[in-house]
Amino acid sequence: METEAYEKMELLRFTTAGSVDDGKSTLIGRLLYDSKSIFEDQMEAVERSSKRKGLERVELAHLTDGLKDEREQGITIDVAYRYFATPKRKFIIADTPGHIQYTRNMVTGASTANLALILVDARNGVLQQTARHSFIASLLQIPHLIVCINKMDLVDYSEEAYEKVVAEFTNFAAKLDVKDVRFIPISALYGDNVVKPSENMKWYQGGTLLNTLEHIHIGSDHNLIDCRFPVQTVIRPYDDEYHDFRGYAGRIEGGIFKKGDDILVLPSGYTSKVSAIHFDDLQLDEAQPPMSVIIELEDDIDISRGDVLVRPNNRPDQTQDIDFMMCWFNNKGPRPRAKYILRHTTNEVKAIIRNIQYKVDINTLHRIEDDKDIKMNDIARVQVRTTKPLLCDPYRKNRITGSVVLIDETTNETVAAGMII
Amino acid sequence: MKSYQLNHLDELESEAIFILREVFAQFENPVILFSGGKDSLVVTYLAKKAFYPARIPFSLMHVDTGHNFPETIKFRDDLIQKLGVNLIVGSVQKSINEGRVEEESGINASRNVLQTTTLLDTIEENNIDCAIGGGRRDEEKARAKERFFSHRDEFGQWDPKNQRPELWNLFNGRKNFGEHFRVFPISNWTEMDVWMYIQREGIEIPSLYYAHERDVIRRNNTWIPVSEFIQIRPEDKVERKILRFRTLGDITITGGIESDADNLPKIIAEVAAARRTERGNRADDMRSETSMEDRKKEGYF
Repeated sequence: METEAYEKMELLRFTTAGSVDDGKSTLIGRLLYDSKSIFEDQMEAVERSSKRKGLERVELAHLTDGLKDEREQGITIDVAYRYFATPKRKFIIADTPGHIQYTRNMVTGASTANLALILVDARNGVLQQTARHSFIASLLQIPHLIVCINKMDLVDYSEEAYEKVVAEFTNFAAKLDVKDVRFIPISALYGDNVVKPSENMKWYQGGTLLNTLEHIHIGSDHNLIDCRFPVQTVIRPYDDEYHDFRGYAGRIEGGIFKKGDDILVLPSGYTSKVSAIHFDDLQLDEAQPPMSVIIELEDDIDISRGDVLVRPNNRPDQTQDIDFMMCWFNNKGPRPRAKYILRHTTNEVKAIIRNIQYKVDINTLHRIEDDKDIKMNDIARVQVRTTKPLLCDPYRKNRITGSVVLIDETTNETVAAGMII
Repeated sequence: MKSYQLNHLDELESEAIFILREVFAQFENPVILFSGGKDSLVVTYLAKKAFYPARIPFSLMHVDTGHNFPETIKFRDDLIQKLGVNLIVGSVQKSINEGRVEEESGINASRNVLQTTTLLDTIEENNIDCAIGGGRRDEEKARAKERFFSHRDEFGQWDPKNQRPELWNLFNGRKNFGEHFRVFPISNWTEMDVWMYIQREGIEIPSLYYAHERDVIRRNNTWIPVSEFIQIRPEDKVERKILRFRTLGDITITGGIESDADNLPKIIAEVAAARRTERGNRADDMRSETSMEDRKKEGYF
């Protein structure tokens, strides 16, 4: 590969969810195999294990199994990350199990994705599982959704069968909050429309799956409007050359910061101007998400981890009462009146779950208001009170400044994730 | 319209720098696990970028099996001096002398497995609460399940089935006394990304990665360097070959590949055309299908 081309590649993170029979692992196996991302020794290992199990065909699905238990049970338990690249883009796949008891893993995989790949069996149409995966993609505000209508070989590559599923999904998706949905008829098993255009479905005019993954516009997935810079740490070199240097290290989580910009520091309320943006030994005129930089201000102000730099006319919400959609991760439910550590950007505060408004049946999207007993994998709308005000945005506006996790004080486990409403 | 989309190497770099700063903010005594291999070099280089103009706020820690390539040790010492950072060495020989571990015997003996004890002892002796490693998820199937912030219990063990969920860029490094974390800032990089980055940034790497002449013997389908640490049997044929190493581990287990790639563009072309994974030449991974998973659970790198 040309070095220059490699340096122009973009990164696309996508998530898939699926269970044993829907062909998810076969599809990923095929993407990896056809894009030549599978190495001989990995293939040999899969051949050996397929043979040991007495399988006739080499099971491409085994390429994506990681842990010993997963291979023995033939299931994916956790999120596994896969990598492949074409000359245009590098892809990171967060491959997650699809069963309802792994909702938390799906949520985890979806949190960093630009795109969700949803698989629908052409014979069955929209099932509970499809609904579940689509709901999670919408809840986590994944900007792009590709619905692969799979197993087209089993419905004679019929356009009518495809259109029926498209109509059914479109009807269902009206209830969801997704902006960009595309449909592709494929056969993961035979490779139709995965990497190569299908000879069997001339009626389909759109791109193949890989082509779509390579070209979908991801340039506006970050919020470039509302400037947000949560401070991670303060950089003070303490040596002669940089005696007075005081820089704020962090990642730009929203908007474009420019040298000379007016800045408001929260929660203190002090104002100043950006005097320099540093990256290593370079000085930049501007910086955008998700760049990790060091910002220097004109005035010496007391700023520490957890503070946020914004523009004076564009503030985040400042509140101790937060409503969010919560996914519970732990096998023990929330304890009554328990305090949790709430982590939001680089900030940590204590929090109490004050009220559980309703749970969501993620198969039907119905609200459950009579059962408020939170168990692992439940998704619920909750109200939380924090000990100190949070500087946050609605999740719809910014996926980073709008998200939180709850940590159990005694076990230190991450017990829940929340998307601020 | 101006594009505000970063290229993929810049995005990976930014992610790794974010992680390294989180380590600094969340832990008291973190170290970078340094092997002299390209991945730990890239992590060290990223740490320099993350805190510049301040110095790297971490010590480097090397688990020295005693079975090193001499080039690695020289490279390590030069780098330490250049960066002005502290070096902590954990010695496998010392663990053997103290009776903490028993040396393996036989033709395929190596000190690879023994490293785990030395690593965990050194972490404990130095009160280290976070060890930053160069592990990548594309390297091996057990590593594909690894978190950026990976918890280790008080015995240094990894419990892959009970890992903390990691969402967005919220990393939970909270722990009880005696426990520690392993953090992998370049989790999302592939072998190709690492090489491209080394080339783009002009990062210096040990000469062992470039093609050179060396005496080797054929063992387990790979070329093992002749050194004072391996037993040469009468039937072994010592040959002089032009080769290079794709990964660097102990001299006893790191197999070379025949190659004339003596500069970075040639190495990158070779990596791009390679049909076997880089760890395919590592005897430590070929012991069984789950050898990496098993070693990781015990506390290995």
